[in-house]
Amino acid sequence: MVLLLQYTLIFSSVLLLVALGGCVSEHSGVINLALEGIMVIGALGGALVMKFLPYTHGQSSAFVMFICVLCAAILAGVLYSVLLAFACINLKADQTIVGTALNMLGTALATVVVKSMNTAMNPDDHSSEIKYIDAKKAFLTNIGKFELNWFMIVAVIMLVIVFILLYKTKFGLRLRACGEHPQAAASVGISVFKMRWAGVLLSGLLGGLGGITYITAGVSTWKFENGVAGFGFLSLAVMIFGAWDPFRIAGAALLFGLFRALGNVYNGFAFLKALNIPSAVYNMLPYIVSLIVLAFTSKKSRAPKAEGIPYDKGMR
Amino acid sequence: MNEKKSLLRNDGFQTFVTSIICIILGLIVGWLALLIIEPSGAWGAIVAVIKNFFKYPSAPARLKYFGSTLAKTAPLIFCSLSVLFAYKVGLFNIGAAGQYCLGVALALYLAIVKQMPWFVCLVAGIVAGGVSGALCGLLKAYFNVNVVISGIMLNWISLYGTNLLLKPAMDPSGKDTFRLVNKAKQALLPTLGLDKLFSKNQYVTLAIPLAIVVAVIIWIVLDKTKIGYELKATGNNVNAAKYCGMKENRNIILTMVIAGGLAAMGGALYYLSDFEQWNVNASAVPGMGFNGIAAAFLGGLNPIGCLFSSYFITHITMGGGNVDLSHYCAQIADFISAVIIYLCGFVLFFKTVMNGWLKKSEEKKIARARAAAEEANKEGGNA
Repeated sequence: MVLLLQYTLIFSSVLLLVALGGCVSEHSGVINLALEGIMVIGALGGALVMKFLPYTHGQSSAFVMFICVLCAAILAGVLYSVLLAFACINLKADQTIVGTALNMLGTALATVVVKSMNTAMNPDDHSSEIKYIDAKKAFLTNIGKFELNWFMIVAVIMLVIVFILLYKTKFGLRLRACGEHPQAAASVGISVFKMRWAGVLLSGLLGGLGGITYITAGVSTWKFENGVAGFGFLSLAVMIFGAWDPFRIAGAALLFGLFRALGNVYNGFAFLKALNIPSAVYNMLPYIVSLIVLAFTSKKSRAPKAEGIPYDKGMR
Repeated sequence: MNEKKSLLRNDGFQTFVTSIICIILGLIVGWLALLIIEPSGAWGAIVAVIKNFFKYPSAPARLKYFGSTLAKTAPLIFCSLSVLFAYKVGLFNIGAAGQYCLGVALALYLAIVKQMPWFVCLVAGIVAGGVSGALCGLLKAYFNVNVVISGIMLNWISLYGTNLLLKPAMDPSGKDTFRLVNKAKQALLPTLGLDKLFSKNQYVTLAIPLAIVVAVIIWIVLDKTKIGYELKATGNNVNAAKYCGMKENRNIILTMVIAGGLAAMGGALYYLSDFEQWNVNASAVPGMGFNGIAAAFLGGLNPIGCLFSSYFITHITMGGGNVDLSHYCAQIADFISAVIIYLCGFVLFFKTVMNGWLKKSEEKKIARARAAAEEANKEGGNA
């Protein structure tokens, strides 16, 4: 039971962080389909720090490690989202194509980087794996049987920050105006380009954080060939289900996290094990649930009105 | 002079030029990446990627590997046609990968477990993909679910579903399904004698000519028929289409059925040619569907263009396997194709720049002509 709670919370944190990223970006008017790729790159940034920063558990400062990993993931995510922002905002490219391309590029780039790094260190090693067994312990604190991952706390902090930023500051109001009616926003002197850049870069930050959280959830080695298994898109489903509202997104993330966690721990429950359902069904579960949920929630969409449409000064 | 100008202004020609620019830039970025990894062999590696089967010295060997490249191109053509067809109707079929899986699942299941002949397997595969596409279309038409999101969800559901269905068809000595040659000869696609043209490469089958025929059919349907016109009108503006009396929901669902069927057909044909076996523990959605997106856009969203772009992408992907593995990895080809689609997003921008440039040079020419004429007039007046 504790294990289920632990997995639910960690997967929910991932979904929450990434969905908040999608939320900020969409409120500024850019659909961020590249979240999947941003997660991979963010995870890569964090994993590289975990691999190369010397750390022995119990001796070195866990806090320094944590901050370094955090910053690396954020930096990688933000840098990667520049590619999306530049293409979609400045060159007015189709956001769906660019997003998809960046997802493919994220996995390919991470695989190439990790493989060539592994091969350079050991000519016989052609795997795309990074191991961070020791370094990962830096983020874990045991409370009884419950293993608290520090990123869970980061997710909660980010939830509060994003809420305040979007709904309690001048910046947030302006950002949302650019997603609803950019021409109107521009007419009162708001720079739509700057606001949209800010939205996309913030989503890069949150996506990168989500990526590093995902690869430290439950495992201590990551194979970058696999990307992040559709979690970026699952987060977008969470965002739609959460009606673009930070707190509702948090609720949706908990629900989806629960279904994802079931796939990891169903063996621990006697009655679930007795049902003898193949593991593939549990793997499918979060995706099936999200389809059903979307079918019931998409009809009256509360999406920002101008999302997905490149801003053109000439259109009024 | 006039003729040349009209060629540069031709939309198809511009698309062709931008695709070539994307390819060249993509290859340059790939080369730079190789340079960063290990400078000494970078040139050799990028040449290996571009050369693919040309690296073999003997003509029969080259022909054989050319055949293999074609065999791998066929499913990609189907996937790119699937993406293209949906895109023309304003839907982004990212679910092609899942529909491709379902095509494989049904085809191999009927072939190996039920011992059905190849055409039954093929049709069942197409139907499975069509049903998955229909689900996506229904969700869009009646519940307004974003097709990209539902497509991705269906991709993962289809992947795990395929693994589940093909468990009984697994060869116990490994993780893959049985080879059809050993277990289900009746389900092997007929080669139509094409194998003999390619140094007895038994993987060169019916699938390749079929892909070309289907591409032509899609082109005719989209550009020359009433239904194609209706579908495109729905894609351009749902409300206008509705106002004109078109059944917009039916059109959306029909499009997704066709798109799903196309992707599944690619999967079924490829696995029925026995070139590859399905890994029943696969934990990643096959890249074929995503490469289909790349091929569709690189082909300028033209069915005939897709034939060439699909070939090109397969060519460099297979060439990626030839790089010097002591320094580089085969995924460099995936990296290059991803960069190429990213650049394809800029096609509109490239075209605007090109047109702006043409317009400027034209205006200059007109201004110069006018100035010359005025000059002539003045001189004429003076005389």
